[in-house]
Amino acid sequence: MIDDTTFWLLTIALGIGTFAIRFSFLGLLGGKRLPDWALLHLRYVGVAVFPALFTPLVLWPDATGGTPDPIRIIAAIAAFGVGLKGSVIGAIVTGMGTFYALHFFT
Amino acid sequence: MTPRQAFWRGYLDCAPFILIVVPYSMLFGVVARDAGLDILQTMSMSVLVIAGASQFTALALLQDQAPVFIALLTALAVNLRMAMYSAALVPHLGHAPIGTRAVMAYLMVDQAFAVAVKTYEERPEMTPDVKVAYYFGAMLLICPIWYACTLLGAVMGQAIPESWSLDFAVPICFIALTAPLLRSLPHIIAALTSCAMAVAFAWVPWSLGIVIAALIAMAVGAQAELFLKRQANRAT
Repeated sequence: MIDDTTFWLLTIALGIGTFAIRFSFLGLLGGKRLPDWALLHLRYVGVAVFPALFTPLVLWPDATGGTPDPIRIIAAIAAFGVGLKGSVIGAIVTGMGTFYALHFFT
Repeated sequence: MTPRQAFWRGYLDCAPFILIVVPYSMLFGVVARDAGLDILQTMSMSVLVIAGASQFTALALLQDQAPVFIALLTALAVNLRMAMYSAALVPHLGHAPIGTRAVMAYLMVDQAFAVAVKTYEERPEMTPDVKVAYYFGAMLLICPIWYACTLLGAVMGQAIPESWSLDFAVPICFIALTAPLLRSLPHIIAALTSCAMAVAFAWVPWSLGIVIAALIAMAVGAQAELFLKRQANRAT
């Protein structure tokens, strides 16, 4: 369960912060360029953050009380394989499809 | 091209992305309800933030009982890529009045941004007015669908039974977002580092392990890129 105060605090701060990021150059910094070191690191934000988020969720899911579940791991690998071909929706469909299929047949 | 034509052109050019935005926003609605948010909370998040990946991030961390500042920091990090979008749009849209630019900033979403910049580069004859109209056309297709389908998912989510294990949709979403990003060796190295460090630092309280893993992975990716560039320079 997510506490109400926590939720609103986070959502409002995230809304303001995200707007500030979007408005930054277009709104205020105009012609300024991002320094090279910042651009270099920004290229890796996605691949650095997402795996750190999904790895624990796949290995130690809350739903099983934190015990590794082979079905979830196999489904995650299947989703990853399809995602590598560039299809985001294909990866979601494959991941959930494999998960349900394995649950159904085992 | 008149501004009016440009607006509708932008609208149509973004149409293929409906196929991605519809299921993705519905999934957010469903997952948010599953995590215990009410419809007002779910919609507030989608309207105030309009950035799916960061919304999923914030939700996953809150559910994990992470402190607010950790959830906020991680979700904002996910959105930092939009500083690059903001910078890339300056030469095309920087002339607009400040109020218009504020609305543009609010509406800035990945797919529509990609379409707009591609069109601006392919058609240098577009005048500043036409570029602004095109931008609004592109964004105004995606955003209403984002709101509407979040709502649809949030309403339908209630009807989905626990036995469907929708919690698993959250890691699957992150996997689906990661895989297409692995377009070079440094990206792959960064992703693998992130996986390994997330496991290594899983013991750190308040989900701080995720932040540590992400920072290390980012530095490793950047260093790997620099290293490969030096190697290539030496070879030539």
